[in-house]
Amino acid sequence: MLSKSKIFFKGTVAVLPHMLSVIPFGIITGAIGVELGFDPILVYATSLIIFGGASQIIFMQLLSGGASSLVAITSVGVINSRHLLYGAVLSEYLEKLSFIKKLFISYFIVDQGFAESNKYIKQNKNLSNPHYYVLGTGVTLWFCWQLSTISGIILGSFIPEELGLKFAIPLTFLAIIVNDLRKLDHVFVMLVSGFASLILFDAPFKSYIILSPIVALIAAFIMLRFKK
Amino acid sequence: MTWLSIIVSGIVTYFSRMAMVALIDREMLGTKVKEVLNYVPAAVFPAIIFPGVFFNDFGSFVEITDPKIYGAIVALVVGFYSRNVIATIVSGLLSYWFIIFILLK
Repeated sequence: MLSKSKIFFKGTVAVLPHMLSVIPFGIITGAIGVELGFDPILVYATSLIIFGGASQIIFMQLLSGGASSLVAITSVGVINSRHLLYGAVLSEYLEKLSFIKKLFISYFIVDQGFAESNKYIKQNKNLSNPHYYVLGTGVTLWFCWQLSTISGIILGSFIPEELGLKFAIPLTFLAIIVNDLRKLDHVFVMLVSGFASLILFDAPFKSYIILSPIVALIAAFIMLRFKK
Repeated sequence: MTWLSIIVSGIVTYFSRMAMVALIDREMLGTKVKEVLNYVPAAVFPAIIFPGVFFNDFGSFVEITDPKIYGAIVALVVGFYSRNVIATIVSGLLSYWFIIFILLK
């Protein structure tokens, strides 16, 4: 049986490849905030308090562009509502924890951490402490995110834009789901989500990020009915 | 004012992370819902991938010759056969850089 610290460490290792996109993205987020004219402390506060890359950038862009606080907050809420889906999946593995521990671990639920945890825990069903894996992924991503946004705030965007490192973001998420391309039902759901996102891209408040998954999950629901 | 917006955004975001984990009882979800939840990664991540590959910075469709499309195809093939996260990302980036720095120079 694996010790708690070993499980935590396995989670850490699992998200390391994702640093290829997380670190440049964090640097860009910090640098953009300062460029937009926000106080460095405020920029960092978004990393600590909101802690969600895309939503932080949109938030600062909207506010600096003169949008109302309500619009900025709504956008953050819409973009981050995808965590509800991660939580619904992870709740199965975190069920036995105390309420306080659940409150604590929730802060660390992020895209790549969720994806790697879900993959690992599904393959290791009799793991006694799956939440240490979730924590290992989340805490690691948290530290790297904080450090990279701080360096972006202090040093500015020192990564040359010509490198096009923004492209690492879709690649990271591709790496997360590429193995599921072997399952036709998953491929179907992916295509529905992908095409929905292209069609819904201009919907207000960046809501394509939650509307597309909803459309895809409805498609999955219908598909499951026909499969039976 | 900005501080207040950050704090409210933080609360909203934290709620999105915490609600299903801490407030919802697993028993409340039926078997059908649990089955559908198996597809969450397949339903969420393509909505980040597709716009990242097929749209440019200004939110319009890229040309069919855009290097990002070929980088993504390479990553897809490498990822499918290697089943390795780092190989997927690195192969996509390297092929993308190969196109923009060597082929298109």
